[in-house]
Formats: sequence, C-alpha cells, structure tokens
Amino acid sequence: MIIQQIAFIIISAIAIFLFSKKVMEIRRNILLGKDEDLTDQPKQRWQNVMMNALGQKKMFSNPLVAVLHLFVYVGFIIINIEIVEIILDGITGHHRLFAPLLGGFYDFLIGCFEILALLVLVACVIFAIRRNVTKVNRLNRGELLEAQPRNDANLILVFEIVLMSLFLIMNAVDINLQVLHAEHYTQTSPFWISQFIAPIFSGLGEGSLMGIERASWWMHIIGIFLFMNYLPYSKHLHVILAFPNAFYARLDAKGKIANMPEIQNEVLYMMQPELAPTGTDANAVMKFGAKDVFDLSWKNLMDAYSCTECGRCSAACPANITDKKLSPRKIMMATRDRLEEVGKNININKEFKDDSKTLLHDYITVEELRACTTCNACVQECPVSISPLDIIMQLRRNLVMEESNAPQEWNGMFSNIENNMAPWKFSPDDRDAWTNN
Amino acid sequence: MTVRTYAEFQANNETPEILFWVGCAGSFDARAQKVTKAFVEILNHVGTKFAILGKEEGCTGDPARRAGNEFLFQMMAYNNIQLMNMYGVQKIVTTCPHCFNTLKNEYPELGGNYEVISHAVYLQQLINEGKLKTKDGGEFKGKKITYHDSCYLGRANNIYEAPREVLQTLDAELVEMKRCKTNGLCCGAGGAQMFKEDEPGSIRINMERTKDVLETGATVVASNCPFCLTMLNDGVKNNEKEDEIQVLDIAEIVARNL
Repeated sequence: MIIQQIAFIIISAIAIFLFSKKVMEIRRNILLGKDEDLTDQPKQRWQNVMMNALGQKKMFSNPLVAVLHLFVYVGFIIINIEIVEIILDGITGHHRLFAPLLGGFYDFLIGCFEILALLVLVACVIFAIRRNVTKVNRLNRGELLEAQPRNDANLILVFEIVLMSLFLIMNAVDINLQVLHAEHYTQTSPFWISQFIAPIFSGLGEGSLMGIERASWWMHIIGIFLFMNYLPYSKHLHVILAFPNAFYARLDAKGKIANMPEIQNEVLYMMQPELAPTGTDANAVMKFGAKDVFDLSWKNLMDAYSCTECGRCSAACPANITDKKLSPRKIMMATRDRLEEVGKNININKEFKDDSKTLLHDYITVEELRACTTCNACVQECPVSISPLDIIMQLRRNLVMEESNAPQEWNGMFSNIENNMAPWKFSPDDRDAWTNN
Repeated sequence: MTVRTYAEFQANNETPEILFWVGCAGSFDARAQKVTKAFVEILNHVGTKFAILGKEEGCTGDPARRAGNEFLFQMMAYNNIQLMNMYGVQKIVTTCPHCFNTLKNEYPELGGNYEVISHAVYLQQLINEGKLKTKDGGEFKGKKITYHDSCYLGRANNIYEAPREVLQTLDAELVEMKRCKTNGLCCGAGGAQMFKEDEPGSIRINMERTKDVLETGATVVASNCPFCLTMLNDGVKNNEKEDEIQVLDIAEIVARNL
C-alpha cells in the first residue's frame, strides 16, 4: 500500500509541476501583448462573468447544444469535488475516505456524480457524432479540416468518455467488492448508476475484482492528470479562460473602434503646431497598427488562447458564408499558433530572436483582412467574449499605414475624402445641391 | 424645400433644435438623396427647427478608419468637431447609421460630445410623443414588409426595436427574415466594402442577403442605411424582382404615409 501512496504522490507532484510551468508560460506569452486597462465598470464586468461565462448565455441560441454543453460543463466542475476524495485517498492510502464521515449524504453525493458522469458521457458521444458523423457544418469547414484541430477536438471527447467510463466501472466493481465484504471496501448503499453495470462483473472473484478496481482507479486519476496537462495545449483551455475573458471583454458599444491617441495627437499638432511638444519625444519612431503578436494587446492574445474553435463566429460571418477566405475563427487560431511559436522561440533563446516571420502575411493574409465588413457578427456570436474584429482592424491599420497596402479603389476613396470631403468624386460645393431640386 | 444651414441660423441669432447630419451618401448619391428629402419632408411636417451644415459638412471618416487609414479619419474628425463645437451643436439626428455610430461612439473621445440620435429612433420618438401621425390605410396597408437590420444600428448599437415600432404603425404585415436582429446578415457594404469589389468568393454578400428577402415573400424591404439601400437594391435588381419588390428607407416609408 505504501508503495502505491508514494507513487501517487510522485505522479501528482510531476503532473502539477508540469501544468503550472505551462500555465506560467501562457501567462508570459499573453503579457507579450501591449498593455491595455480593462478594469473600469467592475460591476458590469462581474455581471458579464456571471451571464456569459458561468451562465453560458450565448450558448442558448441553440438550446439543445447548450443543454448538452451544460451537462459536460457542470459535470466537469462538480465531478471535480469527487477528485478531492480520490486525491486524499491516494495520499493517505484510504478508500472512500469521506464515506464514513458523511454517511447517507455520501451515497447521495456519489449518486449525483454518477448521474452527471452518465450525462457527460452521453453528451460527449452526441458531440462526437455531430462532429464526425452528421458533420455539423461549422465543425467541418475551412481551418477545421486540418488534422491538428480535428484530432484535438476528438481527443478531448475521447478523454472525457474514457474518464467517465472508468469512474462508473470503478464504482460498479466496488459494489461487487462490497457484496463480497472485501476488506478495505467501505459499505455504502448501491450507487445510482453503477449498480446497473455491476452485474457484468458479478462472476469474478475478489482478486480479479480488486485488480480491475485498482486498475480503473489508477487509470482514472492518471487520465485526469494527463488531461490537465493536455489542457493548456488544447482548445479545451476555454474552460478556464472563458472566465477572465468575460471579465476583461470590452464594454463599449460594439461599433466603436479603438482610438489611436498617437495619431490623434499627430493630427492635432499638425493643425495646431503651437501645441506640439518639443524635444526628443517629437522624433520618436512610431509604429502603427499590428504586424505581429507583440503589437496586439494582451486581451487580443488572451482571446486567442480562449478560443474553443466552435466556429459560431465564422458561421455568422458574411464573408465566410459567401466563401471568401476570411474566417474569424482562423484569425484566432492563427494568432494562437503564432504566439505559441513566439513562446517556443523565447523558451529556446531566452528572449525573442527574429525568425523573419510575422502574424501579418505569414499567418494571416491580406485577402482575408480585406474581406471583413466590420459587421460585428463574429463578436456577437462568440460564447467566450472574443473579438476577432479587434485583431482584424489592427492588422488592417498596419497594412494601410505602414505598408501603404490598400486596393486601388480604397486609395481612390482616401484621396476623395481628403480632397472632396466625401468618399466619391464630387465637389464639396455640391454637397447641399440636393436642397435646390 | 426649406432647408437652412447652421451658418444661416447663426446669422439670424437663432438656434436650431437639431442638427440634421446628412452624410456623404445622403448628399451625393442620387438614391440616398431621396431619403434625405423624405426625412426633411417629415421634419418640416412636424415643424422641427433643424439645420444642416451644408457645404461645411465633411465625411465623418468612417470608411477611412475602417479601411485602416487612421490619419485620414482623425483629420476628418478634427475638422468636423472643430466646426460643430464652434456652432455649439447639442443634438444631432442622422439618416446614416455609419455616421451615427462614428458621431455617437467615436467622436466623444476626440472632444466632440453631442447627443446623437439615429433617424429611426427619432421617428419613433416623434410617433410616441404624438407629434407624428401616419395616416390610416396608407400605401402600405396590408402589404408584407420586411425590415433589414443594418449592422451599425443593430449589433453595433443595439437598436433593433425602434425601427420595427415605426413600421408597426403602418397597418402592414411585418415579417422577419430568417437572419434578423442580432443574427442579421450584413448587406456587404460595411467596413469600407462599399468602395471596393467583394473579395473572391462564391457569391456576393448582397446577393446572399437578397435570398433572405425573397424567402419572406415581402414586397417592401425597409432599410435604415444608404449603403444597405444600394446593396439590397442591386440584389433585388440582379434577381429581376425590381418590379415586385421595393427597397425603401424607413424615412421614405413614413413620408409616403403623412
């Protein structure tokens, strides 16, 4: 027994160490972004956390999927309470440490966990069918046809299905061991769900049962540790980041595009030179818009890590619907991929060493950026408070102001506005001509 | 048509109740000019004392900013704000949701603080206050009307109900497209797309949106945006339905029922 305890403690320590290390790395990567203060109106922000993250409000535009997702989500959180007991059992060498302490309430709790486990299992099976058999469009389109996102999504489902199955098998075997009055196996009333699985194992002897029970127990907890460590590499990270992402989401009207005070001041100094500062600051080199992840804000980067690749954004995007190259989901996935690459670069070189790549062009193309109508459908749809539009706008700014890269028609529009104060080629003198006829 | 400029008001030591921000499309685009005139007709009908900026008005900078040209946006904003602050403008009503969004959400940070109202909301207010009564059994009585949410009134500013309430006073049958309100599909013109061709794809966005229109069987499409008006008009024409379906701004619809 003591060997099992020592092994358990060592495995837990390694799992927690590796997880923390990766979490700190993600935190570092997010903080590579520019500073942005998003802490005003705390009341509204907490309300958004309650409604959008905890309450999953946006999910409910499709109630069936929302309810299934809720099962998985509630199951994920509540079954974690049971993990506390499993971990304590593992460390202390007890079995069902809480059973004698809680009595009948323990049986009730485990019963609830079992129901949730079954619901999670069923929901995950339905999700797997939707993704792979009935092929829901948004889950089988564009960037999601690539191997990595497909495997990621299916691996998560397999993980959850296996973990829930192990949990139920473990309890089913436990019931048989209790019937045999095996030493060490605390008596409880029959568990609500696993009692129906128990007969499968009823012919086995105590030794085999204990073997299966121990194997399930170990596979279950090691599976959880593996899953925990897979989380930061996966789209499943949204289970954590949806919360801070809801809190830090921009609260302005969606139509408002972020101001650029540096340009506002440039224009002001041009119009009123007497206000212009003198000295070194005046000659500082300015860079406009975003070319790479460093130029985006930390919130944009957290958005990228929060994306769960559900594709509700792209399914609502007018450009994507009409088969343009733009897909807001791909914008987020590309930003995360680039940020992960930059992170690896920093891990190896201690600081970022130029790799002659940038988010703009190498990960996101001009054609994608030009297709956006700024309609905000992607922002509206996102269940985890991401704004792909904010990233698109910053990349567009870089294209136009740093590279002078605009379609001919836009250059015409710019010069019309500049010269005629209207995007079309009309004389400003005729602006009120409509009043005459 | 009696339309006076802010400068004329000031010369007479008078202050208008509102500034009617006409916008570039409303000033120059032949189709949108009709909306401008319809709205002026309504303002005159209810006796609102309004002024325009006339030749002094300039593009708000919306398409420049959204195309990525922040310098040009800031220049336009600077000029417009200087002008409006000089006149002491308090309240603005505009028939263009792009202008509305820029004036309301983007100018305050730059020193332009005004009460900005979309014409859709202004019409609803006039009706609610009893100042504007549409006649019973007008042109639209019993007709199927569908309302197209512009992105810049809808998602951008959460204005969904006011324009629908205006249309509900017409005794018409208001039918929704399958993609409406928060799910409304863009006409394809926003984000400076109005001024360039669609990127390569399988279908133009306005044609995709026109499918939604045709599905409703409506004979009138109500819009609130000069760009949507152009895009939907083109979509209806390309489907050779221009004889059956009228694409109109809500101001035109109200003006026809005065």
